[in-house]
Amino acid sequence: MSSWTTDDLMDYDEVMERFDPVLGLEVHVELSTASKMFCGCSTDSDADPNTHVCPVCLGLPGSLPAINGHAVESAIRIGLALNCQIAPWCRMARKNYFYPDMTKDYQISQYDEPICHDGHLDLEVDGQSYRVEIERAHMEEDAGKSLHVGGSDGRIQGAAFSLMDYNRAGVPLIEIVTKPVRGLGAKAPAVARAYMAQLRDIMIALGVSHARMEKGNLRCDANVSLMPKGSDELGTRTETKNVNSLRSVEGALSYEIRRQGAVLASGGRVRQETRMWQESGEYTIAGREKSDAEDYRYFPEPDLVPIECSASRVEELRATLPELPAAKRARLAAEWSFDETEMAAVLNAGALDLLDATVTAGAAPEAARKWWLSELSRRANEAGCELSEVGMTPVQVAELQALVDDGSLTDKLARQVIDGVIAGEGDPQQVVASRGLAVVSDDGALGAAVDEAIAANPGVAEKIRGGRVQAAGALIGQVMKAMHGQADAKRVRQIILEKLS
Amino acid sequence: MSEPQSPRTSMTDAVTTGGAEILTSSATDLVAAMEAGQVSSVEITQACLDRIEAVDRQVHAFLTVDAERALRQAREVDSRRAAGQRLGPLAGVPLAVKDLFCYQGMVTTAASRMLAGWVSPYTSTVVQRCVDAGMVILGKTNLDEFAMGSSTETSAFGPTHNPWDLERIPGGSGGGSAAALAAFQAPLALGTDTGGSIRLPAALTGTVGVKPTYGGTSRYGVIAMASSLDQPGPCARTVADAALLHQVIAGYDPMDQTSIPRDVPPVVEACRQIDLAGMRLGVVTGLSGQGYAPGVTQRFEEAVAALRGAGAEVIEVSCPHFEHALGAYYLIQPAEVSSNLARYDAMRYGLRLDDDGEHSAEQVMAASRGAGFGAEAKRRIILGTYALSSGYYDAYYGSAQKVRTLISRDFEAAWATCDALISPTTPTTAFRIGERTDDPLAMYQADLCTIPANLAGIATGSFPAGLAPEDGLPVGLQVMAPVLCDDRVYRVGAALEAQLEAAWGGPLLASIPPLGAAAKEDVR
Repeated sequence: MSSWTTDDLMDYDEVMERFDPVLGLEVHVELSTASKMFCGCSTDSDADPNTHVCPVCLGLPGSLPAINGHAVESAIRIGLALNCQIAPWCRMARKNYFYPDMTKDYQISQYDEPICHDGHLDLEVDGQSYRVEIERAHMEEDAGKSLHVGGSDGRIQGAAFSLMDYNRAGVPLIEIVTKPVRGLGAKAPAVARAYMAQLRDIMIALGVSHARMEKGNLRCDANVSLMPKGSDELGTRTETKNVNSLRSVEGALSYEIRRQGAVLASGGRVRQETRMWQESGEYTIAGREKSDAEDYRYFPEPDLVPIECSASRVEELRATLPELPAAKRARLAAEWSFDETEMAAVLNAGALDLLDATVTAGAAPEAARKWWLSELSRRANEAGCELSEVGMTPVQVAELQALVDDGSLTDKLARQVIDGVIAGEGDPQQVVASRGLAVVSDDGALGAAVDEAIAANPGVAEKIRGGRVQAAGALIGQVMKAMHGQADAKRVRQIILEKLS
Repeated sequence: MSEPQSPRTSMTDAVTTGGAEILTSSATDLVAAMEAGQVSSVEITQACLDRIEAVDRQVHAFLTVDAERALRQAREVDSRRAAGQRLGPLAGVPLAVKDLFCYQGMVTTAASRMLAGWVSPYTSTVVQRCVDAGMVILGKTNLDEFAMGSSTETSAFGPTHNPWDLERIPGGSGGGSAAALAAFQAPLALGTDTGGSIRLPAALTGTVGVKPTYGGTSRYGVIAMASSLDQPGPCARTVADAALLHQVIAGYDPMDQTSIPRDVPPVVEACRQIDLAGMRLGVVTGLSGQGYAPGVTQRFEEAVAALRGAGAEVIEVSCPHFEHALGAYYLIQPAEVSSNLARYDAMRYGLRLDDDGEHSAEQVMAASRGAGFGAEAKRRIILGTYALSSGYYDAYYGSAQKVRTLISRDFEAAWATCDALISPTTPTTAFRIGERTDDPLAMYQADLCTIPANLAGIATGSFPAGLAPEDGLPVGLQVMAPVLCDDRVYRVGAALEAQLEAAWGGPLLASIPPLGAAAKEDVR
């Protein structure tokens, strides 16, 4: 896999013996507001190129931005969910740089007056707690997209020409920046991944973003540097972009840690640069060199008035916050009496909300867990889909369990009902009816089957009559077989014992 | 009070083409005549178009004239009036628009090679309000490139000539709009004022120009020069006409978040109240003396006497920080310019050079910007880029903002002692074309008196105060009033106009030399 790269890599454990990694994560969250940050154009990302544009987001001469109040609210709610302070007064600022995807050749962003600052997010990785300190969360507008045509790899180098699509220009973004995260040791990549996962869950819970990394709704620039053990001087960092999945966050950081380790161990210097994660080969390549001296000539945006947010407004918005993922997990674990291992399994399977809905629909937590984590997880794996897309709803799972609870279905029959539901044959009740899967509870039919089994196995029957009740198992098996499994084994046993007592 | 020089029997002498009465009439009178059925908008519009055709080769006030569209608008208003519809107070009146306002379907250039031939796909709020009010858009007037200049000499399409003396500049940046009024090509015009671009040309052409309170008129669709200072406003030959246009264009616009969501001050009513009894005016002591032409000082003092005659109490007011205004302005304004002019990068519209497949986007940008911007634009972009650079920001942009605050405090202190401030609009009369083009600092001095009002965002205007005895050229008096007290500017202006015109026996423009036959053939 590393055959595509010529980088020397140090063994991960060896790096950890000699260095401490320091992380810095910059995450861009694309808000799911109906309209753009500064104009009324739609934020729909699937439209034909340059169809959601107007004088404002095209930066035509004379046009002016008008701020989207919903985006400001979303920014504040995100800040509150991240335990941030909300600035009572802040301004937008212009970040000046020339690039064809930036229609005004400045980005309206925030500089030294972010709307949210000084927060934190608590995470748990392998039973260990971590706190990631958040420096700021600020509002800004997205740029357009460039499509480089004619080159070998879609990059600007070697391209014959570039096409611009400004549909994305002006889509609202919230940039969330952590303080340097230290003391993570070998867990650094896993903590980064957990941080992204939790941010994603928070955005979804808040309803402010679709938060799909593969669609670019959530983008991570992962900064990492190595600090020699025992030193407290930060090393030179690299910033890895193009990290489009949780797995990539972890992979890119592990790779950079190993690469930087090898560079430093050989007496070299880490170049301060942007690196691009190559998903296919799982390595990073050097991008442009980045210096802190890059001068964006920030100044307060004179086309917009300052944004004021009173304490009472903050409290109003705080009241709109839903239960956040971490709190929800803790509450449900307690309500369901799940231990840490059980809860971890539910979370890893991405089944928390499914379980919650199933329990709400009437199933016992234990039963809900059993169906989602075993039978349905297996089928989702086989189908290569998300658990939520497996083809059975929480309400249907609860209905299935109710049928098991009242003795209408055995577990074995229930699995056949699942087949039917997933095949689109309707709700569990309908599948039971159409497939004729209900347990036979007619004592006449069962009695006849038992009589047949006794007649066929006189020796066994004799043992039971002699008081060896455990021998009944063999007869039960025979009866169940004869009934094609559609019988309640307990009832069959009862009948056998009655007949042979 | 002395008479203006070379008094003439009537203003019509100054007009050499037909429709003389139409051309010299105020917008107010034109509307009355249309209402009375004495004249149609088509006749008025045609008279203006004929006049432009006849004299604009000498004046060069216009960059674009769209006769067909103007006549179509005029016909529409005439038919609506004939149908008995209720029309706005300026319906059917022709308007000249500074070529900084976007107007859908019309070329909008900002007098820059960068935008030569660019047709705006949308209309600015201010122009839209004029169109909605039934006004007739004649075309676009000349200006300094991107409104950066005090003479219209930085226009990529050649300077505008002052109708009072074709060898002189009309002031800037809105020299085209002011010259169009003084040359009787249009009864009303639109301007924008960042550091004096409405008031300076008004002063140098003997016309009226008002810069509303910052936020009083919408900037949406007006090509930005310095966003925190730019303000559209009316240009006219009479104070009442300016007020009518002000009323049409002013008011909150959700497309411009810096516009003020408040009622428009009663500017039209203020013009009827020509008595200044109970009003206290403050003469700014620092805006006089050395550097001020004797004729400017003389006419200003006479105007002050006239204002006293109208009932005003006049006191002296010191504004100690005004002396730093020019310096602060020439940091803040270029800083904003450097950012506002970044979008002209050849990628989406405008001039595009070296687009041959051989050059990179960066090279195309550099070549296009190098050729598309004139010297003054480049000077300000470089100045502003420097002022915003990290390490210099605090010393330059930051300090300038502090000066801005101090100037606002000077005004606040002044309002405690007077209702409005007055000063000459500019230290000299119109200078000769080419006289200051090689000396930017001398050029910047023309805005010495006008800049403080922009930095503080207050209401201000310039009104004719007579002709300087030494050169026979117009002198302007500037009125400055508190934020959202635009009506006071008009009240003082109307009183001054009434007093002085009574003394002169008619409007100042009645004494303008005729254009046409008498003018030199080689002025352009």
